[in-house]
Amino acid sequence: MRMKGTEIFIECLRREGVSVVFGHPGGAILPIYDRLYDAEIRHILMRHEQAAAHAADGYARASGRVGVAMATSGPGATNLVTGIASAFMDSVPMVIFTGQVPSTLIGTDAFQEADVVGITRPCTKHNYLVLRTEELARTIREAFYLARTGRPGPVLVDLPKDIQLSECEFVYPEEVRLRGYRPILDGDPEAIRQAVVAILEAKRPVIYAGGGVIASEGAVELQRLAEMARVPVATTLMGLGGFPTEHPLSLAMLGMHGSWYANMAVSRCDLLIAIGVRFDDRVTGKLAAFAPEARKIHIDIDPAEINKNVRVDIPIVGDVRRVLSVLNAELEARLREFRTMTWEAERRAWLEQIAEWKRAYPFCYDFDERVIKPQWVIEEIARITQGEAILTTDVGQHQMWAAQYYRFKHPRTWITSGGLGAMGFGLPAAIGAWFARPDRPIIAICGDGSFQMTMQELAVVAEHRIPLKIVIINNAYLGMVRQWQEIFYNGRYSASDLRVSPDYAKIAEAYGLRGYTVRRPEELTDLFEQELLASEPVLFDVHVAAEENVYPMVPPGAAITEMIVGPMASKRMAHSKASMG
Amino acid sequence: MIRTIVLTVENRPGALARITGLFSARGINIESLTVARTDDPTLSHMTIVVDLDDAALEKLLKLLDRLVDVVTVTAVNPRNAVERELLLLKVRHEPGQKLELLKEAEIFRARVVDVSSQSYVLELTGDEEKLEAFIRVFEKYGIVELVRSGKVAMARG
Ligand SMILES: Cc1ncc(C[n+]2csc(CCOP(=O)(O)OP(=O)(O)O)c2C)c(N)n1
Ligand SMILES: [Mg+2]
Repeated sequence: MRMKGTEIFIECLRREGVSVVFGHPGGAILPIYDRLYDAEIRHILMRHEQAAAHAADGYARASGRVGVAMATSGPGATNLVTGIASAFMDSVPMVIFTGQVPSTLIGTDAFQEADVVGITRPCTKHNYLVLRTEELARTIREAFYLARTGRPGPVLVDLPKDIQLSECEFVYPEEVRLRGYRPILDGDPEAIRQAVVAILEAKRPVIYAGGGVIASEGAVELQRLAEMARVPVATTLMGLGGFPTEHPLSLAMLGMHGSWYANMAVSRCDLLIAIGVRFDDRVTGKLAAFAPEARKIHIDIDPAEINKNVRVDIPIVGDVRRVLSVLNAELEARLREFRTMTWEAERRAWLEQIAEWKRAYPFCYDFDERVIKPQWVIEEIARITQGEAILTTDVGQHQMWAAQYYRFKHPRTWITSGGLGAMGFGLPAAIGAWFARPDRPIIAICGDGSFQMTMQELAVVAEHRIPLKIVIINNAYLGMVRQWQEIFYNGRYSASDLRVSPDYAKIAEAYGLRGYTVRRPEELTDLFEQELLASEPVLFDVHVAAEENVYPMVPPGAAITEMIVGPMASKRMAHSKASMG
Repeated sequence: MIRTIVLTVENRPGALARITGLFSARGINIESLTVARTDDPTLSHMTIVVDLDDAALEKLLKLLDRLVDVVTVTAVNPRNAVERELLLLKVRHEPGQKLELLKEAEIFRARVVDVSSQSYVLELTGDEEKLEAFIRVFEKYGIVELVRSGKVAMARG
């Protein structure tokens, strides 16, 4: 059948199961927008292309499906770049479509021309410039395939206007053939056997689990491994939700703002089981001092991550869930021969040591009756939502407090810009997440600085009456910057002061949304009880203690045991209650 | 340490940029690079020479392999590979030196591919050592211009 480029585009998206796309129109992509006008695929008009990319990201992370974003050529495409780079760093499956000037004008500095494949080459898993309509279907097919398989990531397809408009015979490529792309899914059985023995022989093992657990849907297998072999689990920022925070074997998050006990456990362990992680500098601190006594197992789908920052003893390349299910079966079979009285006693001793560390330094802060502590805001959210909400965040102190004080229960309920750390991520990502999971409460935890980077997206919340809860942790500072300036720059608060800021509740009102300003602790509880699970969008501008710091903190370049723990609190927090089983 | 990396890559726009981008983003200088299509017109053969230690090389190979456009990639061991480079050398010939110059070219099995009233263009193929030796010998005549193709390599057997 002969079809126009735009019809092929819609047909290919339909076949990929795409039901919603996030974008912003413009000249070079108008033919596609004209088709979208009466297509079944829903288009959500975001108010800035960066937000369209973040929304597609939030959609993908909440659902596990490929998120789709689109924009016009030139400025539309360049505005997407932050969102694409964030998705690339966090391995999020996304396909991005950009309009391009007609192929005959490429290279002439035409109006709104930008070399988008050139600009995005280092921050996409792969990208394409389509120069013949005949190649459109195959390209879209490959783009989706690449985005979701192997180590997921964003793939961009640049579509010149004339390619959208011309016709060709439509042949849907059932098969994808890419001779340079062969993701390895199953781990080497011999390496898995070695890993099982290492796990059973270890006296002080620790699991270090990351985003790969979430991406591969491997949380159930992870928990099985931890429970069977009785190994405590520390997660990275990206791995939160991959293991329940309240599980007795949970060490919460490790790294720069990780728990004291996770960092201690990793530093003293004799076996580190790294699962779907990349030994990021925010996790390891000083490399030479990271898990110095440990043999290391590393399970990851990307061979390029093996031995990248840290040399490991037992590398296993493969999909985390698949590798863990084989490993668990093997472990179950061998458990009996190892599970002697001494084995039990050794494990108990290690878990008891960890329990002691947990009691000594839980996450904690000084509660205050007069001023709202930001950590407490997160605790209240955790209490009211019972860990059932999806949280998105911006970047800064509030992000770290959310990571530390929320009690995660499920994978895909924590959506944050981890690798790139892009301020302004929270609100648009929450919008995207809602289109994926309208059944769950969704809470965007925003920084007052970050919120101002994408707050125009309140229009999208209003337009679709998206029942988001937007909680601005308003400390009137670029708080994380201020914290570094306090600790490392003699308190010289250069350009981190946000005292001149808008009234966020009124901004919400300007968009026709409910907005509240909260200043006193006693107001917060009542308001959250009433409104946090409401079926309408609500914005809470929560004024918190301005100069609160995030602790523990590992100074950059230090060993992760060299933590600044901050003032020891009078109030012990939820995490201290969990004891080791 | 000088390394030779051999790749087969999809013969399409952007593939080269993707590959060289990996080097430039890490501040790795490319000593030489050659690309040309193979007997299969959809594939190109690429030889890249870089100065890297073992650990950096291992990482780079994995990153190259990760690229969708890269079909195969290996670092060749000079002992198990044939490596060749082409040299074009324009050299002045003073009246009294012509015979000697041509004789020396003969010794290296270089060919004269252009003749003018003041200079010859000589063509030589060989491995790195041979080319270097050739250049040293011909310096005394006065080199007008020198072009090297960059190395191409192929595993033996
Ligand atoms: C786009 C972008 N610009 C700059 C930064 C550097 N940065 C990291 S945290 C931060 C402050 C964030 O302030 P706010 O959103 O108010 O969060 P807080 O730390 O106060 O909770 C800045 C400027 C960044 N991460 N992203
Ligand atoms: Mg702030």
